[in-house]
Amino acid sequence: MTVKDKVRAFIVENFLFGDGADLRNEDSLLGKGIIDSMRVLTLIAFLEEEFGISVADDEVMPDNLNTVDRIVTFVDNKMHGSN
Amino acid sequence: MTGIERISDFDAQRAAHELSGWIRDSITLAFKKQGAIVGISGGIDSAVVAALCVQALGAKRVIGIALPEHDSSPESLSLARDLADRLGIRFVVENISDGLEGMGAYARRDEAVKRVFPEYRQGQKFKITLQSNPLEGSLLNVFRLTLVDENGVETSKRLKLDDYLQVVAASNMKQRLRMTMLYYHAELRNYAMVGTGNKNEHDLGFFVKYGDGGSDLMPLGHLYKTQIYRLAEVLQIPQGIVERQPTTDTYPAEVSEEEFFFRLPFATMDAVWHAMEQGISADDIAKHLDLEKEQVQRVIDDLKQKQRTTAYLRLPPLKVGQAP
Repeated sequence: MTVKDKVRAFIVENFLFGDGADLRNEDSLLGKGIIDSMRVLTLIAFLEEEFGISVADDEVMPDNLNTVDRIVTFVDNKMHGSN
Repeated sequence: MTGIERISDFDAQRAAHELSGWIRDSITLAFKKQGAIVGISGGIDSAVVAALCVQALGAKRVIGIALPEHDSSPESLSLARDLADRLGIRFVVENISDGLEGMGAYARRDEAVKRVFPEYRQGQKFKITLQSNPLEGSLLNVFRLTLVDENGVETSKRLKLDDYLQVVAASNMKQRLRMTMLYYHAELRNYAMVGTGNKNEHDLGFFVKYGDGGSDLMPLGHLYKTQIYRLAEVLQIPQGIVERQPTTDTYPAEVSEEEFFFRLPFATMDAVWHAMEQGISADDIAKHLDLEKEQVQRVIDDLKQKQRTTAYLRLPPLKVGQAP
């Protein structure tokens, strides 16, 4: 599975309870009410464990975590040393 | 922002008169109760509610209940007692520490704290805070646990979800036990239990469901914090209460409501929010308040997000056939 596949699968299973047909990768997770402050913590824990990255406090921002696409970019950059 | 009602246009004198009439009608006509029970914390909201109840029903029919526990600031109790004296109402102190101990509230909470800070010792001060300020940047709301050592040095860590949930769930027992005790006193006398929550708390979800969110009526539920300060002026609430920074008085280390949840000065949040609710654009709000448009937009986004994510707190129990 690609990073995108894993991130989408996690969000669909844990936040949409399997019903991810309408989720586009560019959709705002905050705007659609898919994530809140508790789910952000869950998402961060998943990203750190699944991809072996460390998410710093000042990286917890919409630019990095608000869409599937942004999460994937963030993870890719972390994994390949750009962040 | 001409032609639009400004938050500063609030007529506190008239509001006090209308609210006391509403309280009287609600308690005596709608509920057919004999008086009012008010949990007084030493904070401004409960002080204003108690004063309004006295205006509505007379001092003899109002009882102020203070409900301290291990982590309560001693100042809270002395301010509450002073208020009761000034209002001429009966004052009862119910310490809920033993009840919380019996329920394991402190132990359950401390277990989670120790997972975050293995060096934590029982009785050590700590607090939970939100890390983001919408005026300063666009960080997402995540909670941090801050431990304070004996020298006052603070160490802070972002909370993992399980730890956050356990600390909050255990701490929420405090508000729920207070509600239980307040209703005991209300039912003992056939009185109504008057809630002290304001619009900021209610609409943004800064309350415990069936804890401080549980009451028979909420006279301040539609009012912004800044409007409550204006009411306090009109009602001659003691300066010690008015000047005190709003605090959660929930965790061992003192944490202001701003630090814990709201992340903005009330004056700024209320002005933006009030304007937003009247359909004024972020651009116009920014010009009027001398802020950047981006700052105002972040505040608006934060307000909307908090309202959305805490909607379930304001819902009554759902029944079959009833949409949430």
